[in-house]
Amino acid sequence: MGVEQKLGNMGIVTAKLEDVVNWARTKAMWPMLFGLACCAIEMMAAQAANYDMSRFGMELMRASPRQSDLMIVAGRVSRKMAPVLRRLYDQMPDPKWVIAMGDCSSCGGVFNNYAIVPGVDEVVPVDVYVAGCPPRPEGLIHGILTLHEKVRNQKLRDWA
Amino acid sequence: MGEHIDKTVKALVERFDASIEEFRGEVSVFLQPDQIVAACTLLRDEFDFEMLEDETAVDYWPEETPRFHVIYHLYSYKHNERIRLRVPLNGNNPSLPTIEGVYPNANWYEREVYDMFGINYEGHSDLRRILMPHDWEGHPLRKDYPLGHEEIMFTFNFDEINARKRYAKE
Amino acid sequence: MPEINTHIDESMLDGITRLVTEDAIEGKTMLLNMGPQHPSTHGVLRLLLELDGEFVVNVIPDIGFLHTGVEKHMEYKTFEKAVVMTDRLDYLNNIGNNLVYCLAVEKLVDLDVPPRAQAIRVILTELQRISSHLVWLGTHALDLAAMSVFLYCFREREMILDIMEMCSGQRMMTSYFRPGGLWRDVPIEFEDAVRQFLRIFPARIDEYEALLTKNPLFLERTQHVGVLKAEDAIRWGVTGPSLRASGVAHDLRKVRPYSGYEQYDFDIPTHTDGDTYARYLVRMEEMRQSLRIVQQALDKLPYGPTRSNNRKFVPPPRSELGHSMEAVIHHFKLFTEGFPAPKGAVYVAVESPRGELGVYLEGDGGPKPYRIHWRTPSFANLQVLKLLAKGHLVADLVALIGTIDIVLGDIDR
Repeated sequence: MGVEQKLGNMGIVTAKLEDVVNWARTKAMWPMLFGLACCAIEMMAAQAANYDMSRFGMELMRASPRQSDLMIVAGRVSRKMAPVLRRLYDQMPDPKWVIAMGDCSSCGGVFNNYAIVPGVDEVVPVDVYVAGCPPRPEGLIHGILTLHEKVRNQKLRDWA
Repeated sequence: MGEHIDKTVKALVERFDASIEEFRGEVSVFLQPDQIVAACTLLRDEFDFEMLEDETAVDYWPEETPRFHVIYHLYSYKHNERIRLRVPLNGNNPSLPTIEGVYPNANWYEREVYDMFGINYEGHSDLRRILMPHDWEGHPLRKDYPLGHEEIMFTFNFDEINARKRYAKE
Repeated sequence: MPEINTHIDESMLDGITRLVTEDAIEGKTMLLNMGPQHPSTHGVLRLLLELDGEFVVNVIPDIGFLHTGVEKHMEYKTFEKAVVMTDRLDYLNNIGNNLVYCLAVEKLVDLDVPPRAQAIRVILTELQRISSHLVWLGTHALDLAAMSVFLYCFREREMILDIMEMCSGQRMMTSYFRPGGLWRDVPIEFEDAVRQFLRIFPARIDEYEALLTKNPLFLERTQHVGVLKAEDAIRWGVTGPSLRASGVAHDLRKVRPYSGYEQYDFDIPTHTDGDTYARYLVRMEEMRQSLRIVQQALDKLPYGPTRSNNRKFVPPPRSELGHSMEAVIHHFKLFTEGFPAPKGAVYVAVESPRGELGVYLEGDGGPKPYRIHWRTPSFANLQVLKLLAKGHLVADLVALIGTIDIVLGDIDR
């Protein structure tokens, strides 16, 4: 961040509250440890040594929705799972974000049939869609960086 | 066909008056619904078919007699042989006896067949839906059940589909 | 399309009350819900536990949270197009799913596969087996609080995924095997990449073993936990490493060879204890045996075509399309309406990393499967969890779910 260079002799830095809060939010976003299907394996790969998501302050996956602020819907959502997914979302504290990882959760993917929800955006509001079946770990990381971009640009008046 | 399977099929034909069909070296034995428990017991106890590999069904809709075939695959570790039993069932809401007493792992397979085809098993200990939600209507793998696809979005119909899509709220 | 239900219906618990004991209804024992969102259920498995203090009295699994409708959907696709659906069933063993489906189609239409394609199939299937066991090992150890094993396992898994990507262009959902052979021949770098993996990996297995095999914490959590007797395993239809850890030396690659497995020399690792630790040892040894198979297959990899020459079922190579009208017609026919399969039914089973993976395929004379049923190993193996867990602590349940190596996509299909 290089904050220490800006501190000067006084040890004080002036910044907008908006920027500071948004910065804090992006640097320690805790995703929920919640895998559904194939994409969850790539999500695990993104956590592991080769791709190392902890570079973006995201090494801490929380198994409890109460402690997490990012839901990565990794995999296809069946109609039986939809109410559970919604409840998990409702249990997450605000502010919260959702990434639809992979084709299945973005639009149903190849499974355009009776069992699969055609796009998880009918169950929870989605912030970022990541394409791919499954997306590579780089794809997921790109999606997360896109989300960070979005969070950084949020305005104070939208918080309420 | 191996020697053991020959012997087994012969015994089934003699005792249950079963008919057989062969395709690509795999033999299917056709049985009546009321014979299935006795046939499985016989195969397990006398012909060493220790494991129920698989149990499933096929729907031949719009044909009504028989509409369904329930299919059992039994495997013998001792002889390394596999045998297929087929039980034709008539009508739209058929039932047959469970073989849970012979092979305990039939429990879930029969629940799955019940869930997907609506075939009832008499005497089953826990006949509930297994894969679909408990309040689901219809039995998905029946041939008269639609696949239920959603129209695919393209540029020309994007606005129309987008307008009627029920997006979730916060 | 019916509206998507987003509310949990509490009344669904009523149907389950008759499955628990009287004590639970009186309140002497406790009912606890575990999952579908629980880190140790390896996906979306829901377990209803009946507990006496910390001891498990009964386990009632509730599955179907990942039901995808694959069997139904494949009936609507031609034989060639349905391959993409198979990848997404058991998403740790995509190649194996491709293989069993292709073997079933080949048996149904009576199609031959050239030896080179068979050898490459064996190499990739065995690599996939290693990669699947690596994910199992990583997550199983993670559940038992050995975090670093996970990082090591995924490091080696990336090497295998790179080989898959090199062949098919995709890391996980390869769709590389097609009825009649392979999508295309392997690239020229394939052999070097596999050899490098063969050179590196044996030492890496020793590394994992150094972390776990004699680790007292790991031993404490796995030894004598979830003992499965051989006769119970057979009665409940358990297959794969779980069966072999109970002392039954049964491996479909040996007893009913397919794809030329009879040419390779390998052992079936078994163990007699039947506990979680035995299953761990069997899987570790299986990885070594898989390496042996890969080594042999690679050493005698024959040259030649990788697709059957039967143009009624297999599309012609692109080079022929420029000058042969017949090839164009075949190409067009195969990709518009597909090839017809005769009326009849076949059952083909292969040894997947989890056990016996079978396909029951029925044709009706048309270009689409009339009925396809997947006999998946996880579905059969999960039923035995009830037997394993009885009398153990809740904490052991985590080890037990890991040890039977379930994949929810495989169970719910």
